[in-house]
Amino acid sequence: MADSRPLSPHLSVFKWRVHMATSIFHRVTGNALAFGGLVLFTWWLAAAATSREAYETFVSVARSPIGWIVWVGLSWTFFHHLVSGVRHLLMDTGWGYELGLAKSVATITWVMGLVLTGLFWAVYFYGLN
Amino acid sequence: MATSFKSASGLKKVRGLGSAKSGVHHWWLQRVTAAGNFVLGLWFALSLLLMPNLDHASVVAWIAQPLVAVPLMLLILSAFWHARLGIQVLIEDYVHAEGLKLISVLALNFFILGTGAVALFSVARIAFGA
Repeated sequence: MADSRPLSPHLSVFKWRVHMATSIFHRVTGNALAFGGLVLFTWWLAAAATSREAYETFVSVARSPIGWIVWVGLSWTFFHHLVSGVRHLLMDTGWGYELGLAKSVATITWVMGLVLTGLFWAVYFYGLN
Repeated sequence: MATSFKSASGLKKVRGLGSAKSGVHHWWLQRVTAAGNFVLGLWFALSLLLMPNLDHASVVAWIAQPLVAVPLMLLILSAFWHARLGIQVLIEDYVHAEGLKLISVLALNFFILGTGAVALFSVARIAFGA
């Protein structure tokens, strides 16, 4: 049966290590950005283009407690996918496959994603000074 | 005879088409749009921070500037195309039934083109002063 052939990716087979998790989360964050981020981005643009009232509706949802959770989550998703994407582009050149290096780069990816998210919100709330 | 086989496989290699019949086109466009998203995405995140206010009047005034509307439209094209390519690979990896896979990719294309068109039209509407 074609349907029962083992096809990748074998999430249940791989051992969870930081470089593996980074790869999986690149896909998870990418799809979250696509389905969540782009839809909200489009809503924001469409509301701004429609009317002040439509924009107010967007703002009232955006400023609700769930809205804030979504923005914080989405901002981390954005920065993590951005850094993780750079990691993939670097690896496309053939760089970073040695075990030790691969592990360090994957760990740095997580740290940088969190740092950039923190920086973003720090600037948002406290300004550039 | 051996040489003709060799040249046939050599030609295949030059054309770079492989089993998907499209070569590295998908892979390459994913990278091109990734580079676009990197630059334009950071620009957008920074712009949000630099805007004095995110109320209706400020956002509309911001988008109405040509040097904002154009990169914003480029960001929409790059990000939606990148998302389309990425989700397609997700579908191809996890949806194994041929019929369902075809319908899923079709639905994905409609979803991306639909939302992408709304996003582009919204920026255009503001930029052209409606």
